[in-house]
Amino acid sequence: MKTSTSLRALFIAVPVMTMMACSSGPSEEELAAERNRIAAEQAEAQRAAEQANAQRVQAEAAQRLAQAEEMVQQERAALEAEQTVYFDFDRSSIKADFYGVLDKHAAFLVKNPKQSVVIQGHTDSRGTPEYNIALGERRAQAVETYLLNAGVSAAQISVVSFGEEKPAVTGASEYAMAQNRRAVVIY
Amino acid sequence: MKKIIILVATWCVMFSATAQLNIVITEGVDNATPIAIVPFKWEGEGFFPGELTEVINNDLRRSGRFNPISMARMPQFPSDVSAVNHQAWVDKGINTIVLGSIKEVSANKYKIDYAVVDTLKGAQLAGDAQILKDGQLVSAKAHIIVARSLTISGTQYRQFAHRISDVVYEALTGQKGAFLTRIAYVVVKDTKKNALPYQLIIADYDGENETRLLSSPEPLMSPSWSPDGNKLAYVSFENGRSQIFIQDIYTMNRVKLTDFKGINGAPRFSPDGKKIAMVLSKDGNPEIYVIDIATRVLSRITRHRAIDTEPSWAPNGKELIFSSDRGGKPQIYRVNLDTKRVKRLTFEGDMNLGGTISPDGSELVLVNRTNGNYHIARQNLTDGAMQVLTKTYLDESPSIAPNGSMIIYSTLHEGTQVLSLVSLDGRFKARLPAVEGQIKAPSWSPFLM
Repeated sequence: MKTSTSLRALFIAVPVMTMMACSSGPSEEELAAERNRIAAEQAEAQRAAEQANAQRVQAEAAQRLAQAEEMVQQERAALEAEQTVYFDFDRSSIKADFYGVLDKHAAFLVKNPKQSVVIQGHTDSRGTPEYNIALGERRAQAVETYLLNAGVSAAQISVVSFGEEKPAVTGASEYAMAQNRRAVVIY
Repeated sequence: MKKIIILVATWCVMFSATAQLNIVITEGVDNATPIAIVPFKWEGEGFFPGELTEVINNDLRRSGRFNPISMARMPQFPSDVSAVNHQAWVDKGINTIVLGSIKEVSANKYKIDYAVVDTLKGAQLAGDAQILKDGQLVSAKAHIIVARSLTISGTQYRQFAHRISDVVYEALTGQKGAFLTRIAYVVVKDTKKNALPYQLIIADYDGENETRLLSSPEPLMSPSWSPDGNKLAYVSFENGRSQIFIQDIYTMNRVKLTDFKGINGAPRFSPDGKKIAMVLSKDGNPEIYVIDIATRVLSRITRHRAIDTEPSWAPNGKELIFSSDRGGKPQIYRVNLDTKRVKRLTFEGDMNLGGTISPDGSELVLVNRTNGNYHIARQNLTDGAMQVLTKTYLDESPSIAPNGSMIIYSTLHEGTQVLSLVSLDGRFKARLPAVEGQIKAPSWSPFLM
């Protein structure tokens, strides 16, 4: 009850005070200050709007970039599922079955020139370790040459041979040896 | 059932507590000469800190030249020459015996007297202390092949036992013994269970006194001894690509020798220890180079678009042999380091590679592929005759003992890579099964004393 009485008093008092101020009239300085204040407020609002807009554009761009990156990653993940090329015994020539796989890697690398790859060369356990290092390098270089011929920049590719030192499958079965005679494209 | 498991577990623990390699002789005992190593007599209180005669027994047996008989077959246990009943040994078919005694002279110091006795000659002399020679009575010691005395420290008894084996072996065969030598090799443990599965190990030639020089997450290859036996050169992939290092086996200090683009491989010290032959593919394909270790000056030895690899020095240091597929399949070639002239050495079988020349320069030891099988073989460098020495599976990396008597190599046995031995004449064969992991790239040290 008490609060409503004092609120009512305030409702009357505020318009009275305003009328009193009006009746005295604003000075030139006061008017100028008021105009400046409004202008500054408008500028501030505009700036905020522009900033918001820029942020929105930026966010959209980042989103687009992220989407693109995600697509690249997805593409790369798909390529990583098909990263191995297999060879015949004591051979380093790429079999026609693997042209398709390597073409996909080449297309991706041409489209993404900042992407680099390491090509690892491996052999089976037959022969001597040192000769196999040389044979593994030849296999990796065969893949490198294929990618270069498909337009990939030499700066994107490096080659390392592990010979018979890092078998994919251990043991000396025909299956293991076939799995180990390989070159692997690593992103 | 539980008991068996506990037994097996204890056995494994005991096994791993000792050497990682053991020696199982698979062939060649029949044509070895019987010999008796009479347990040396212990003259002192307490115990001698090791089994001296056991080490000598094993050394002589593993040389492939001798078949030491068991104590049960010995007619007597003499500890000095005068106590030998020669006829009793001859009757058992034992014409050579080694005997001796051990005295404690001070703390951890022991004096050993030992002799090698020819019992056949002793029996002919009928044990007479004197014989008539040129009309004069002289002391008859013709039956004593060797009599020596040495003082040793108990903690190094194995080393001294190997030294006695060397003396006995040389006295009986005329060839220097290689029992005081070491081997370097690479162990590859399960890559899924170990963060550092690749390890470079050195051990006494019999697998004892193992020392690990390096553990790595990436492959290690091609250890090779310096001729003074103090350093090893090897290839490490620890930085994701091949690099050649030289490591001192005593201080463990190591330096990176090469880090070229492509292959840095197959290092081999020159006989004078000043240079290293190696393979580099920095210019596109593998070629043989020689680097001066002090100045790091490189000289290119081969120039061919084929694979050239596995350089190995001729004992004279003036030539290298190497493997090349310039003829289609890998074969072994020799290059003169001055003229750079190249000559093909091997023609038998589908392939020949991994060559190394015997210390006397007469034989080429290599990996031969015939009908798809990879075996260790030797080829006489004078007449070109080739002899296949092994019957094991997927043999590689042969390395010859410094006395030229034995070859150590890597082979596949029941699905695991193990080291094996074969004598240069192919008669003696042994396997060195490992406790854990694949064992490869053996390299036999030079003489260490």
